[in-house]
This record gives sequence, structure tokens and C-alpha cells, in this order.
Amino acid sequence: MSGFVRMLTVMLVGVALGVSACGGGAVKPTLVVSAAASLQKAFSRYGGQFSSARARFSFAGSDVLAAQIEQGVHPDVFASANTKLPEMLYGKGLVERPVVFAANRLVLAVPASSAKITSFADVEKPGVTLSVGTVGVPVGAYTQTVLGKLDASERSAVLANVRDREPDVTGIVGKLTQGAVDAGFLYITDVTAADGQLRAIALPAGLQPQVAYGVAVVKGTAHPQQARAFLEGLLQGDGRAELLAAGFLPPPAS
Amino acid sequence: MTRRARPGSGTPWFAVALGVSLAVVLGFLVLPVLAIFVNTSPARLVASLGESESIEALKLSLETTVIAIVIIVIVGTPAAFLLATRSFPGKSIVLTLVELPLVLPPAVAGIGLLAALGPDGLLGGALGDAHIQLVLQTAGVVVALVFVASPFYLRQAQTAFASIDRSYMDASRTLGAGQAQTFIRVAIPLARSGVIAGVALAWGRALGEFGATLMFAGSFQGITQTVPLAIYDRFATDFPSALALSAILVIVSASLLLAVKLLCRGEALSGAVR
Repeated sequence: MSGFVRMLTVMLVGVALGVSACGGGAVKPTLVVSAAASLQKAFSRYGGQFSSARARFSFAGSDVLAAQIEQGVHPDVFASANTKLPEMLYGKGLVERPVVFAANRLVLAVPASSAKITSFADVEKPGVTLSVGTVGVPVGAYTQTVLGKLDASERSAVLANVRDREPDVTGIVGKLTQGAVDAGFLYITDVTAADGQLRAIALPAGLQPQVAYGVAVVKGTAHPQQARAFLEGLLQGDGRAELLAAGFLPPPAS
Repeated sequence: MTRRARPGSGTPWFAVALGVSLAVVLGFLVLPVLAIFVNTSPARLVASLGESESIEALKLSLETTVIAIVIIVIVGTPAAFLLATRSFPGKSIVLTLVELPLVLPPAVAGIGLLAALGPDGLLGGALGDAHIQLVLQTAGVVVALVFVASPFYLRQAQTAFASIDRSYMDASRTLGAGQAQTFIRVAIPLARSGVIAGVALAWGRALGEFGATLMFAGSFQGITQTVPLAIYDRFATDFPSALALSAILVIVSASLLLAVKLLCRGEALSGAVR
């Protein structure tokens, strides 16, 4: 090897050794958390404060995450925007008993700068474009529940305005902030997280579905203690504080 | 007289190492494709072909990719010819810019397209005035496909044009043909196999595009939901259906590649020079 290459190699080895020696003490385990896309801000903040492990998050539509678990992907914790998916996985023996940790509200979201939509009834008008979730993702399923409570002519008018079905809430938020659609069905927490780019229009009373978030420790996790500590924090610790700060509601008293 | 070393003589380990690396590459690339077919029953595949959502997704994928390829070839072939045969100041920068979508993650491509052509984008106002709507429309899918697939065609076409023997084009000019005539009747036929290979690569890339399409054009059955978007949609709710649709896409893409290979081989056999 030439003199320069040799020197470079020695330097690199030295740096690598130095960096690994800096670790010192016990290395914190990594906790992998699969969580619904709407939990991104709250969970990322909670993860920064979680001391028992280094939390690493995978945010996507809850249905996609559940399908991954069914296909053999093993995160340590699964947090869903509904209770149906964790219960389904529990029934299949893939996760431990799920716990409800938060509630949320579905709203009609519009770009803050747009005056086109001012009330819920406006989404039935022709010429309005809507973005909703796919039927499998929780936000889309809740939207279908809302539409199911309308009478048939209202429902078909709204469905005719749907031009886009996104796999998770981040896609809907993106379309709204870009002005690509006039309105979308999102959670109130997504509107809050958008920092003023979106405005929320409340659903008429009677149409609001019950939105409950469930979390479960995935069976076979290598870090059961840390996983359970993560859940505990969601119910009565830093996690709960971050959820409430983001606009989530406390879990419904069962 | 020096003796030429026969391949493999004296260094069996090197040949073994080469063979092992090829086996690893082959295994890694073939395994996921094989797994798709092993996990799908032929009956499920045929049944999936009959579902209206699958048919709509397939039709949309074929329509949009064909239109995108036509645009890419019509606009890209002269551009590739220019890049291959002329030099001008700043050419290397131009080459890098033209190849940029190749290394851009599709999600970034989607964001870029929105920032440029979306309703709030740089050209959004102008497009709106011209009543051209791209977002949430099939036209938007075509735009996204042209963006991600054109570098694949441009590079192949450029290489093909660059490797033509210039004496044929000079001869054509000497015999009185104009620049455009020489381009159409001499350069393109001579570069045909490279151009066709470029079409195949670009078409394959366009068929598989997901991220940029989802972000820029959205996903709606019959309008913007191409096969990759349909596969992702089914992944969570109906995994066997996602497998079946994936298998169909693999078959279509493989047939495309095979057809192109055969076309190119035919060209090489019959000779590129008439």
C-alpha cells in the first residue's frame, strides 16, 4: 500500500476505535415502535424523553403496519389509530392484550387560506374536490362511518366529490397544503400539527364517530420491560403529556 | 512467441470467487420475484385478472406509460442526438441536470413536481389560467412518469447516437441530404437497437413508478391508481390479491424486456447498416 493509503487507514481505524470507546457504560437497547401516521409528532417528542431505551419509530397507515406484523415483521410495540387492528392481531396471537391509550376527533380539514368551504354541508356541492383515506386505513374507515350516517343522496353527492384516496393522513395533509384538493377528512390532531396551514371544520353532532387508539406490545419482543414501560408512559407519564399537548383526548372511560 | 494465459489456469480460486459472487447476485435478485409466484396460486392469479379494479389499474398503467414513452421518445430523441454529437459550453452541467431524476428519490420527485406544477407551485397560476389541471388527473400521472423515466431513455439514446460511425452521417451530408434528413434517415436507423433498449428501460421504470405518482397525482381508482398504487392499496387489506397483481406486473415487465431483447438481437443479426 502506498504511504498515503496506509496513513489514511490508520487514521480511520483510530477514529473508529475512539468512537466505539466513547460509548462507555451499558448501551441502551433500541425499541422499535410501529405507530399510526397521526401519532408522528406526539410520539417523536415522547421518544426523545423516553429514558429506558432508544425509541425508533416507523410511521405509516395502521393497516399497513398491522399487515406487516401479520407477514412476520416484528416491531416491539404497535400503536394503531383504532382498536380493531390491535384486537385482530391479539386474536391471532401476534400481540399481547391491547390497551386504549387515547381518543381523537375526526374533522373536515381545509387549507387555511381557502374560503371555498365554510361548513360541512359544502362538501356535497358539485365542483368540490375531496381527499379521504383508503377504506382500510382507520381515518378512511371512520370517514366511511360518517358517510354511512348521511342519507343516500347526500352520501352519493359527497362520494362523487372524492378524487383521491390516500394510504395515510400525511398524504391527505400534503394534498391540502399544496392546494390540490378543497377539503379532506382528517383528525383534529393533524390540523393542529400542520401549524396553521389547515383549518378544521367540526362535523355535525351525531356524525362524529368514536375514535379510540389502541396500543399493544408485540409478542416475541426482545425488550418486553422497555416495551411495557413505553406503554405505561403513554397511559400516565411523559407520553400522556405529549399526547394531550398534541390535541389528543384522554382514552374514553371504559 | 508469448503464450497467452488461458482463463482459469493457475488461479482456480479467482474463478470460484467470480462464480460465487454471480450466484449471490442472481439468488438475491431472483428470490423475491420467485417468492411472489410461489405464494400465488395460478387460479388466484387468473381470478385477480378478472376483478374490475385490477383491470382498471392495468389499463391505466398501460395507457399512461405508453403516452409517457411516446412523449419521451418524440422530445428526447433529438435532445439525445444533440448531446451525443455536439459539444457546447456547459455541456457537462447539462448532462448532469438531465440525469438528475435518476438519482432523485421518487418522493423528492413528487415534491418537486408539486412545487413546480401543483396549484400552489411556480407554474401553478399559469397552468390554472390555461385550464390545465394535472394534480388528481391522469395527465398528472403522465407528467410524473415522464419525469422519472426520461433519463433512462436519454442515456441509452445518447450512447447509441455517440457510437454511430460519423462517416455515414458525413457521407449523407456530402450526398446532399440536409441535417434533419440525415438525422431521421441515417442516424436513427443506425442507432435503432440502442434507442429500443432505452425505450424498454424507460417503459419498465414508468410501469413501476409509485412515490412520485402518489404524491403528485394522487391515488384514485380509474383515474390515477396505477398498478403499483393498487398493489400498495391491497397490501393491507388483501395480501393474496396484492401478490396476484404483483405477479401480473412481473409478467408484463418481463415480457417487455424479453421483447426488446429479441428485437435488438434481430437488429444485430440483420446488420445495422443497410
